[in-house]
Amino acid sequence: MTAVTTPPKKQAQRGRPGQSSPKLAYLPIIFLAFAIGIPLLIIVVYSFLEKPSQGTGVKWVFTLENYKALFIQEKLDGTTALDTRYIKVLWTSFYYSVVTTVVTLVLSVPVAMWIATRDAKKRNLLVALVTLPFWISILIRTYGMRQIVADEGPIGKFLGIFNIEWSILYAPPATILGLIYVFLPFMILPIYASAERFDFRLAEAAYDLGAKRMTVVRRIILPSIRPGVISGIALVFIPALGSFLQSDMLGGGKTNMVANVIANNFGQARNWPFGSALAVLLIVLTLLFVLIMQGAAQRRGEKVELV
Amino acid sequence: MNEKYLEIRNITKVFQTPEGGEVRALDDVSLDIASGEFFILLGPSGCGKTTLLRSIAGLEYPDSGEIVLQGERIDDKPPYERPVNTVFQSYALFPHMTVSANIAFGLEMENVDKAQVSARVTEALAQVRLEGYENRMPSQLSGGQQQRVALARALAKKPKVLLLDEPLSALDLKLRRGMQVELKRLQRETGITFVFVTHDQEEAMSMGDRIAVFSEGKIVQLDTPVEVYRRPVNAYVADFIGETNLIKGTVVAGGISLPGGNILPTDQLAADSVIPASGEVTVAIRPEDLVLATNGMISGTVRDVIFTGDSVRVHVAVGDVEVIASLASYGTQIPEQGSKVTLNPEHRAARTVAS
Ligand SMILES: Nc1ncnc2c1ncn2[C@@H]1O[C@H](COP(=O)(O)OP(=O)(O)OP(=O)(O)O)[C@@H](O)[C@H]1O
Ligand SMILES: [Mg+2]
Repeated sequence: MTAVTTPPKKQAQRGRPGQSSPKLAYLPIIFLAFAIGIPLLIIVVYSFLEKPSQGTGVKWVFTLENYKALFIQEKLDGTTALDTRYIKVLWTSFYYSVVTTVVTLVLSVPVAMWIATRDAKKRNLLVALVTLPFWISILIRTYGMRQIVADEGPIGKFLGIFNIEWSILYAPPATILGLIYVFLPFMILPIYASAERFDFRLAEAAYDLGAKRMTVVRRIILPSIRPGVISGIALVFIPALGSFLQSDMLGGGKTNMVANVIANNFGQARNWPFGSALAVLLIVLTLLFVLIMQGAAQRRGEKVELV
Repeated sequence: MNEKYLEIRNITKVFQTPEGGEVRALDDVSLDIASGEFFILLGPSGCGKTTLLRSIAGLEYPDSGEIVLQGERIDDKPPYERPVNTVFQSYALFPHMTVSANIAFGLEMENVDKAQVSARVTEALAQVRLEGYENRMPSQLSGGQQQRVALARALAKKPKVLLLDEPLSALDLKLRRGMQVELKRLQRETGITFVFVTHDQEEAMSMGDRIAVFSEGKIVQLDTPVEVYRRPVNAYVADFIGETNLIKGTVVAGGISLPGGNILPTDQLAADSVIPASGEVTVAIRPEDLVLATNGMISGTVRDVIFTGDSVRVHVAVGDVEVIASLASYGTQIPEQGSKVTLNPEHRAARTVAS
């Protein structure tokens, strides 16, 4: 007996219900392509050009000097030596960003879990409260932060009662505190989004199987909110790496992050090509981080898209 | 068998509803479950079955009462210290773990050594006939297979009591029947005490050693399936378990006057029927206990005749009530719609029940 099979009919190319027309997506994509692509192109091109002998701008002569200058210093006597200044700045930025990411992560998981376990009405209110800082300009908030952590601010005055010295403003701790404060909501929100979808019956099942509280958190809850944690890390770490407002206003310019140096080269220092080269380096390092994160996510067979 | 293996003593649980009201989910419930017993909690939706099961598991704390296992109080212990495990209605498999990791989880909590864990995972998978599925994720399993994994996960712990909350309700009828047989076999082979929740009376009767029939947080009757079926304590149980004609009548000399002017003689009722001296009573007669008779005690007009394969169901209008008789489809003269018939209760199976 032979089985007769008819080939499946070719399905008409129609959008599935709920799938929006690609045309609607064109406009924002074109806008983003221009708004990101053109400045990026300019930066990359500038980074390979010479600095004019006078004034700002660029001289249209190709050179690799800008990249060399990131790592190597040319002394007056013509000899060269390793220049660690920019590596140090990059390291400082990286270090601040890691601390910010870790602290916001540790603070956000319990907060997100707590919000996710409230009833629907309270949940909406609490999420609104988390997003409340977005209503106020980051500049104003950072000014506010400066008042609070100032030596003579409320914290300082309070600690003064116990004769404890308080002086963190215009030093690294203030910068880090400012970063944590600004980026905390960006960590809480994606983790909350994952936690809200968590099925608490799984936690009950784990208890029933003999797991204690911390084991349930570690082995059942945390793996379930992993996608939110990964998104949160990306949303905090990447912008933290490129932030300059906190080190400028709270760190007092003494503790430079890489973005401060870039801004300085486009401003006072009037060295656009070198600023561009440093910016390109920052972009490359950020991309590298994104790829590592994505690799880590994919190895677990999870769908986490960062780029 | 130890009659008092698991004791539930005067458990009460009241929930506050979001609307500000109160629900008495369990109302002074007491029962003893024997070791190795297949015990059924049966009742309609919302009668408190799940609440009782969760109280035993430790996922719910009763307002008052005691739960005692092998003479030791467990109601004040957290769930992870109670030697009982649950098969959840939603299965609650951990979605980020493979089948074997799911089953191993509970054993790792007991610090069972690695070789032992893997041996017991293999054993549990064999018990539920899921060999070869070790490395699947729960999302790659059918509903029936997920159900088996949930069962294996609880069985691997070798609990003293296994709690099952409507474990078969999501399965289709055929699969369900198959699993009923398998659960019975598993319970016999492992000797574990099962407390099984269902709202399906057929499932309850085919599986249970004893059944506790619940209504609104209270136990109405606790007996073997045969007793519950044959000797329901009231109209609620008679109606809930199987199908019953409940006919209201009045006590008269020598019998009970039924609608339509028929008299059912007292000596035709079950011997242990309680008949008051006068007033209204409810008579319960199972459809399969009624037969056609040439000069029967219950007369009426045939309204519908429904052929179901193994039987013919005849709906008869008796006065203003409808009585259903289930007749064998072979060897019986099937009455026609509209004809006058008389019916007789057989084997003195008709009984009066408290309403
Ligand atoms: N957490 C809770 N808060 C408020 N009321 C509850 C809660 N849990 C259960 N109830 C109420 O308690 C009663 C008993 O619930 P339970 O879940 O024990 O019923 P059940 O017999 O398992 O029903 P079903 O067969 O539908 O699963 C119901 O009226 C239910 O609404
Ligand atoms: Mg239930």
